[in-house]
Amino acid sequence: MSRIRKNYENSFARHFLDFVKGDKPLPEEDHVAEWKSRVAEVKENERTENANYIEITEPEAYDAAHGSDMAGVRLFRKIYYILAVFMCLMIIGMLIMNVAYMPRFGATYTPMNNEVAERYLEDGSEETGVVNTVTGMILQYRAFDTFGETNVLFVAACSVMILLFHKTEPPMRADGRKRKKKSGKKAPAAETEVAPEVAAASENAPAAAETSLSCVWPQSTAVEDPGTAPDVILQAVARVVVPMIFLFGLYILLNGHLSPGGGFSGGAVIGAGLILYNAAYGFRATRKFFDEKVYDIIKVGSLCLYALIIAYYLFTGANGISSVVPLGKLGNILSSGLILPINLLVGLEVACTMYAFYALFRRGTF
Amino acid sequence: MTKIILLLLLGFLVVCAIGVSCAKSLLVSVVIFMSYSLVMSIIWIFLESLDLAITEAAVGAGVTSVLFFVTLRKINAVEEEKESDEPDTKKL
Repeated sequence: MSRIRKNYENSFARHFLDFVKGDKPLPEEDHVAEWKSRVAEVKENERTENANYIEITEPEAYDAAHGSDMAGVRLFRKIYYILAVFMCLMIIGMLIMNVAYMPRFGATYTPMNNEVAERYLEDGSEETGVVNTVTGMILQYRAFDTFGETNVLFVAACSVMILLFHKTEPPMRADGRKRKKKSGKKAPAAETEVAPEVAAASENAPAAAETSLSCVWPQSTAVEDPGTAPDVILQAVARVVVPMIFLFGLYILLNGHLSPGGGFSGGAVIGAGLILYNAAYGFRATRKFFDEKVYDIIKVGSLCLYALIIAYYLFTGANGISSVVPLGKLGNILSSGLILPINLLVGLEVACTMYAFYALFRRGTF
Repeated sequence: MTKIILLLLLGFLVVCAIGVSCAKSLLVSVVIFMSYSLVMSIIWIFLESLDLAITEAAVGAGVTSVLFFVTLRKINAVEEEKESDEPDTKKL
């Protein structure tokens, strides 16, 4: 005789058996509802505490009932893979076909054997006054090409600025108090449209507005705090290394026509030195000698001067061979006409671009 | 001797190039990329083009890697170690 408990229908054992058989789910405790209520509570607290609270709506969870729609996605993925492989094979085939049209190794009509390279090597130093033939080639015979490359750098820096530059100061800043006061007038006026209470509060105490802003985005302080990152080891190393890097960069720039190097290499070295200085001492220290104004002047000024030189070259006959600037004695620092100033200008341009990329990526301003 | 060193460096380049694409952490792949650039600049010296070596060391190993690091930090791909052991109550 089996023993059946009286209240078996509602007992735990019955529910568990049903669950194992798959008839019925276990009566779960309502974790989700409790979680949601807690989240709502916290959100409500934040909303009441800071008026600038911005709610971020979470995306809807994936609904299992719409699983049949995934078939289209899967098909698309398959086609996508097939198309990707097809594209790769196409490009490889085109490249190999191009290689087949290249001149054979050692053929007489290769670019190696035409007269232009010989001309550069034989008459280069007499015509341009350089020892390093590469510099003479890119800054005298082909100065116009190099001007185009410098323009590309300028345009790249401009587009990065368009994407990442904040005209107004970012809300969280540990440094630059002077500028904060300057922009303090603007900020409340902008806020009146959004939240009048905040504007009223900020007129009384601008510091209060800043703290409330800091409550809204607490992560931004944690992610980047460029002003206060003094690393003792880095600073000690930078104090020794940065002057040497700058000196080496200047050496490369000024010796561009005598030894390997030139505008691009020297500018890159100087830009890397600037970045190291910034990483060690922060943005406040760097802005003492390099802020937006200096950046604008150097960048636009060097490009304009370079353009003037190129215009003069074009006026005298497309390359700088027939310019009136004396070439000087072969091997001196002050020789080879306008190549030395062009090297300097290109170097300044490149250094500014490197540092601008770093500063804009890191913080959005200089 | 020089040829052996050059071959070793070229092999290291290939290993680096495979490692960059196979590394799971973005940070690791950036560091491998950095070493790739450094080895490449040594190879440029072997090929007697010193200006390219300088540029490669400054741009490839220096500036580009720094830009990658800054970007990884901006998109929160690099997690900073927490100093305190307490659970993060703010995040709820």
